[in-house]
Amino acid sequence: MFDIVYFSSTSENTKRFVDKLGLVSRRIPLLTKDVEGFHISTPSVLVLPTYGGGEDKRAVPIQVIKFLNDPVNRSLIVGVIATGNTNFGTTYAVAGDIVSAKLQVPLLYRVEILGTPNDIFEVKERLQKLWDLQQNSHQSPAFSS
Amino acid sequence: MSIKQSFIARPVNWNKIEDPIDLDVWNRLTSNFWLPEKVPLSNDVQSWGTLKPHERVLTMRVFTGLTLLDTIQGTVGAASLLPDARTQHEEAVITNIAFMESVHAKSYSSVFSTLCLTNEIEEAFRWSEENPYLQKKAEIVLSYYNGEDPLKRKVASTLLESFLFYSGFYLPMYWSSRAKLTNTADLIRLIIRDEAIHGYYIGYKFQQAFNEESKDRQEDIRGYAYDLLLELYENEIKYTADLYDEIGLTEDVKKFLHYNANKALMNLGFDALFPKDDCDVNPAILAALSPNADENHDFFSGSGSSYVIGKHEATTDDDWDF
Repeated sequence: MFDIVYFSSTSENTKRFVDKLGLVSRRIPLLTKDVEGFHISTPSVLVLPTYGGGEDKRAVPIQVIKFLNDPVNRSLIVGVIATGNTNFGTTYAVAGDIVSAKLQVPLLYRVEILGTPNDIFEVKERLQKLWDLQQNSHQSPAFSS
Repeated sequence: MSIKQSFIARPVNWNKIEDPIDLDVWNRLTSNFWLPEKVPLSNDVQSWGTLKPHERVLTMRVFTGLTLLDTIQGTVGAASLLPDARTQHEEAVITNIAFMESVHAKSYSSVFSTLCLTNEIEEAFRWSEENPYLQKKAEIVLSYYNGEDPLKRKVASTLLESFLFYSGFYLPMYWSSRAKLTNTADLIRLIIRDEAIHGYYIGYKFQQAFNEESKDRQEDIRGYAYDLLLELYENEIKYTADLYDEIGLTEDVKKFLHYNANKALMNLGFDALFPKDDCDVNPAILAALSPNADENHDFFSGSGSSYVIGKHEATTDDDWDF
């Protein structure tokens, strides 16, 4: 199965969601200056929170941008899961859309706050599907690195 | 002889941040600042005229109910959190929250003055003072705001911000889904956006304090949070039926309540309570709330209006400087 790489602020909402998935996971450092030395080496699904509730520019946490600035890191991302809150209307979980479009990988799911048991179930199922898809077809341009 | 130093007044220093979330939330709240005068409510006058008399009465009652909650949160709720602030920046954020609640409370009066006659407005306010379920809701929350336990105050505050408003928020979203009172709905969406940040922030501060408590005390508080939610829920069901039975929407509103109760618990860091089948909110309401909310479709299926075929473009390192 893919590993999870995620960012979670000190509020740890996203971390709680990731912990419930029960997969191997790595957390992008909280301090922006520490992100430069942070590298992944296995195909991973990126889980990130959405910041703001206003303009798109600030929706992706700066630590995630720094992480994706590294070409090796971003080449290993096979899919994106975004957390957010529907209260933010059109910008609900928009960080997921932004990163998905930039990376040309699927936005697998949107999760509210820390996710319900059903969200965990659905996400696991989709991760499995994506995993099977990749095992069966290494030709798929979206998943090759 | 020593100089007695029992009290030192400290000016807040925003160049020395102890908790980055304080600054982040302050920035978000201030950049989201709005006033009801910016929303062209008068464009709803014609639409208001198309509502049946009992629908107008319902709408006004729902809005006085919301006004009461915002009044309490602005004058008592947020202020009751001040003595427990962990940082001076948190104190500043709380005063912003308190003020914004007063803006929310006032914004309903803008809706009233734009759409309704004075005697109708007064009738609706009288109703809010006499409705037993609305008064009970206020009484329960106020009893905890006036209580001794800072953690319980935060639980009550988060449940108010993230749960108790939603029996009321349902109606403008419902009208909006039927293309009625759409400007009023825009104003309500601004309130809903603010409440999400308030619920997140108070819930976050709750979790910080909660994590420092003993296991026994944590269990006690967790049990209390679910108990209080259920106590409020039981009353909320009666309040909902009292308002919405006449137009046959009670069951639909209840699903919206379950959905938001789960989110309130999650803001506190606790697990959702209501199962999926109790939370399948009418898609029209979800779409009115958040146009892309119900598009958590299976991307393998290729259906759903947000499904877009990927455009191909070579990336350069410059792309990542956003």
